[in-house]
Amino acid sequence: MSAQFVQFLLTGLTVGAIYALVALGFSIIYNASQVINFAQGEFVMIGGMATVWFAAAGVPYAAAIPLAVAAAAAVGLALEKFAVEPARGASVVTLIIITIGASIFLRGLATLIWDKQLHVLKPFSGDTPIVLGGATLLPQSLWVLGVSLAIVLALAWFFGRTLLGKAMLATSNNRLAAQLAGIRVRHVLALAFALSAALGAIAGILIAPIAFTSYDVGVMLGLKGFAAAILGGMGSGAGAVVGGIVLGIAETMSAGYISSAYKDAIALLAMLAVLFFLPSGLLGRRGTERV
Amino acid sequence: MLEVEGLACRYGRIPALKGIDLRVAQGELVSLVGANGAGKTTLLRALSGVLPTWAGQVRFEGADITALAPERRVRLGIVQVPEGRQVFGPLTVEDNLRLGGYLRRRAEAGRALERVYAMFPVLRGKRSEPAGTLSGGQQQMLAIGRGLMAAPRLLLLDEPSMGLAPRLVEEIFACVRSLKAEATTIFLVDQNARAALAIADRAYVLETGRVVLEGSGHDLLSNDQVREAYLGL
Ligand SMILES: Nc1ncnc2c1ncn2[C@@H]1O[C@H](COP(=O)(O)OP(=O)(O)OP(=O)(O)O)[C@@H](O)[C@H]1O
Ligand SMILES: [Mg+2]
Repeated sequence: MSAQFVQFLLTGLTVGAIYALVALGFSIIYNASQVINFAQGEFVMIGGMATVWFAAAGVPYAAAIPLAVAAAAAVGLALEKFAVEPARGASVVTLIIITIGASIFLRGLATLIWDKQLHVLKPFSGDTPIVLGGATLLPQSLWVLGVSLAIVLALAWFFGRTLLGKAMLATSNNRLAAQLAGIRVRHVLALAFALSAALGAIAGILIAPIAFTSYDVGVMLGLKGFAAAILGGMGSGAGAVVGGIVLGIAETMSAGYISSAYKDAIALLAMLAVLFFLPSGLLGRRGTERV
Repeated sequence: MLEVEGLACRYGRIPALKGIDLRVAQGELVSLVGANGAGKTTLLRALSGVLPTWAGQVRFEGADITALAPERRVRLGIVQVPEGRQVFGPLTVEDNLRLGGYLRRRAEAGRALERVYAMFPVLRGKRSEPAGTLSGGQQQMLAIGRGLMAAPRLLLLDEPSMGLAPRLVEEIFACVRSLKAEATTIFLVDQNARAALAIADRAYVLETGRVVLEGSGHDLLSNDQVREAYLGL
């Protein structure tokens, strides 16, 4: 393997891990409520921007990051309570439009509270590159990969091993039966939004030292996460991870070997290809209805 | 134990229940029969609180529960095994059962799980299989087992024998009898009116959202109207 290839692979993995986190957020909300939450990218923005803001105010990372994640989770809860829940029973299209409206609102709010500048977050562990087989890796990339891996494992444990996680799966599978089992489906929905928001925020914080952050960073990252979720199969956790990684690597490779002009088109192409040839995605359940 | 007074429910603006009065005493097995679309499932959903009440009152052990949330009713012991089984298809048999005991303490749920497996040994053998892969009869056992996991004091059974082969229907009814013998209070809806009436202490006949007849199971079995309309005699 050439050093260049390894370099692209490492960069792709890093970007892909971020996409995967955003895609997981899409899938968790979709599973719990059948809603495709197009405000997912704004959680990414809130995570990055809030951390920058807290850090600028002198709050150390160890406190700024949990605060920013909590702020995003609170926004997620509010989104569920004030935008999605009142429209319960509305058509899927209506719900999608509501989330798009919410994302525009949140971006506007961000320009009021913060500004329209680009911000950069100081890397967590310096910026001395690590040399790996001729390729270089930023310490922040290790943070991205390590934290993403830990989150994926934690989610697998939560949904696979805990009763609350299974109650979430049960609610998405059969709301009526879940209610009859004594599961509070409202709480499950709220939890799904808070969890997704937290995941998005973590993605936004992890990537901010590498890729800058600003009030509108969520637009593109939200779109990429959405494409990754579709690619892997909307609603599938493993699919979100695979979709994110595949998309990240495909983007970086095409930017490296072909031209970076087409980088953002890859997501679109991948999404279209999946919708045409493999409607339930790489790892999605076959035969479920799609939006 | 359960008292229903003037209960009315609507789907949108269409009335489905038009003033139901009935009661179920502690330890009783009460059956509800009625044609398709009479409102039996609607009544059970209202009793479980998953469908809002339009008018009337539901009391459980003297307390007004008309506006109580579904999970609060489950906690009181009002547990429903819904029509069409409604198992969580992608989840394993054991996860389905554990979710039935969602509101109970872990140790209690563990003991309840053993009792359900003792009652339906076939479920133990399939504990790690996705519930969706079970046969219809096994899914019904799972649905009942999931209900039992919640420690029902009043068990609402909606069409437990629907779509099952005669031998399995007999098995399900045997299970209902043994639950009754264990002093579980049961409110049973079944399209197999003969069996549902034969097993019942008392029964109600529902027609287009109204109770039109009530009596002991034995009396209704020999009632001419019932024989003609529901027993095909
Ligand atoms: N979700 C719903 N929305 C609108 N109308 C409904 C709904 N569910 C039931 N209905 C109507 O309410 C009436 C009562 O239905 P319900 O399901 O309670 O009847 P049932 O006695 O359980 O019938 P079955 O024997 O078919 O189970 C029917 O006319 C039915 O068409
Ligand atoms: Mg019914």
